[in-house]
Amino acid sequence: MRILVAVKQVIGRDAPLRVNAARTWVEENDATFEINEPDAYALEAALQLKEKHGGEVAVLCAGPERAAKTIREALAKGADRAVHIELPEAAALDALGTASLLARAAEAEKPDLVLTGLQSDDLGLGQTGVVMAERMGLPHATIIMEIDFRGAAVRVKRELEGGWFQYVEMPVPAVLTIQSGIAKLRYATLMGIKKARSKEIKTLAAADLGIPSHPAAVIERLYMPPRARQAQIVEGTPQEKAARLVDKLRTEARVL
Amino acid sequence: MSVLVIAEHADGALRRMSWEAVAAGQELARALDIPCSAAVAGHNVSALAGELSSARLERVYAVEHQLLDAYTPDGYARAFELLVRHAAPRFVLLPHTYQVRDFAPKLATRFERVLLSDVIACRVEDGKALFTRQLFQGKLNADVSLGGEPPYFISVQAGAWRADQVSQGESQAETFVPELAAGAIRTRPEEPFQEAKRAVDLSTAELIVAVGRGIQDKDNLHLAEDLARALGAELAASRPICDNTWLPMERQVGSSGQTVSPKLYVAVGISGAIQHLVGMKGSRTVVAINKDPDAPIFDVADYGIVGDLFEVVPLLTAELRKAKGG
Ligand SMILES: Cc1cc2nc3c(=O)[nH]c(=O)nc-3n(C[C@H](O)[C@H](O)[C@H](O)COP(=O)(O)OP(=O)(O)OC[C@H]3O[C@@H](n4cnc5c(N)ncnc54)[C@H](O)[C@@H]3O)c2cc1C
Ligand SMILES: Nc1ncnc2c1ncn2[C@@H]1O[C@H](COP(=O)(O)O)[C@@H](O)[C@H]1O
Repeated sequence: MRILVAVKQVIGRDAPLRVNAARTWVEENDATFEINEPDAYALEAALQLKEKHGGEVAVLCAGPERAAKTIREALAKGADRAVHIELPEAAALDALGTASLLARAAEAEKPDLVLTGLQSDDLGLGQTGVVMAERMGLPHATIIMEIDFRGAAVRVKRELEGGWFQYVEMPVPAVLTIQSGIAKLRYATLMGIKKARSKEIKTLAAADLGIPSHPAAVIERLYMPPRARQAQIVEGTPQEKAARLVDKLRTEARVL
Repeated sequence: MSVLVIAEHADGALRRMSWEAVAAGQELARALDIPCSAAVAGHNVSALAGELSSARLERVYAVEHQLLDAYTPDGYARAFELLVRHAAPRFVLLPHTYQVRDFAPKLATRFERVLLSDVIACRVEDGKALFTRQLFQGKLNADVSLGGEPPYFISVQAGAWRADQVSQGESQAETFVPELAAGAIRTRPEEPFQEAKRAVDLSTAELIVAVGRGIQDKDNLHLAEDLARALGAELAASRPICDNTWLPMERQVGSSGQTVSPKLYVAVGISGAIQHLVGMKGSRTVVAINKDPDAPIFDVADYGIVGDLFEVVPLLTAELRKAKGG
């Protein structure tokens, strides 16, 4: 089977965020980058499907040149090859723009399954996979915790709210958006890292994909949220903080 | 040109988030001086439409079809596509539920529009609507504008508008029967279910210590366990801890885990993403321990300690033992 995994490179979780001068995005100069967390799980699910059913796993990523590092890491974990749509700027496109590019590139790969993460840690749009499915004319299911590939069809476990789940079956090809925790993540082995160096990364320019521009959602202003801060911050040395907090919980909040 | 709110229902009643979306829709409509309508879809939905009619709306659409009995993205996207073409609203507003995440991007794409998802506020400046979204898991806000011609599609975050702010009034009901074909529905949904009975029921716990990714490693979990023991509290966790299988899923708090409302909730190394907050916002007293003074968790906390949990938590555990012993 042919599986395509959409993988996004995002700013590292622990990196401090500074808004840029134009107030449209964050300063990226001193940032570290990593794979979007749910995408790591989507990749893992794809690799496990391949181990079970055979075939190949290709990685699809739209992003600037630096994204190549995340792509190499995915190849080191066991993906067979990659398609990198080179974009000049990280935040320039909205959900419809990015998904349209990804869908166009994905169509050419003729996958049986397209896996994406359910949400990106930076933009948090939560919809790229669904828009890709619509663009590609494919059925889809979101927030997936289990995939049972049955040749002509796939049966998946969807997460619903508040601890509920549901199985859904659909014909393939199909697009699935993967929830974190679907499987245990593997680490890249030394052998994997070595092999990755010779694996193919096809690069495409966004312009090659011929996506018409469309009226976009534009970030007018990016800023630190005004803090609705009601919290009493307990000050002092660590020892004093601990003692004062216990005291407040006992005498003020009366919860102990 | 109006605002059209798409309401969601479960177990025969409108969901609370539907009323929040109605409140948001009414607010936007007021700011733009245009009418607000609402719609609900399913099979035999006239009672639900009746429920919606208690709000002050221009019109309530009962989108009625047998094929909408069980939710499918193909069925819902098509039905609402036809309704939007019929009603020609300027804005379509939806609650940002898991179901909306599943079909609304598809619906917006049918109109070559982007869905502006998970919006927390809106305002109108010189006749132009600006919507606020959270980026980087709540660490930054962005004001976003939408270009091009209507319709514009917006989903609103849980808790961003208040259900009790809905203006009451009268509405005119209209049944809308979309033309749907069974063959066009490609997914086959089965009955929703819950996993086998949980061993821990956090919903009744009086005291909870919840641990997040700040704990860094499974081997450090004992710090949180010791704190919980000293308090006599249940141990809970944010999603990444359960994703890593460091703790079982049944200890997860949040939109996809348990909803809790203890007397005391101590969040240790948890950033405070919205999906976590919705599960614990009802706690009476919240304590947050986090090294990042800007972590969103401090917005819902009553008491905060800004500091390294590896330093603070053992001290806190010792203080509690001392307090209990004395
Ligand atoms: C559809 C959907 C459903 C979801 N459902 C849930 C859910 O039910 N429950 C849930 O929790 N999440 C859920 N999530 C995930 C959620 O968006 C967040 O990713 C998650 O809650 C983050 O967990 P965290 O706060 O533990 O980790 P992080 O966001 O990584 O935060 C770690 C925190 O620890 C702090 N820290 C690090 N080191 C230290 C130290 N030494 N001392 C003190 N503090 C430290 C950091 O400053 C940071 O604030 C869901 C997401 C989606 C998209
Ligand atoms: N630039 C991108 N390149 C590759 N995949 C992406 C990109 N943007 C989004 N995705 C995929 O779409 C998912 C959802 O992203 P979003 O809709 O931004 O929340 C991510 O988890 C990725 O799998």
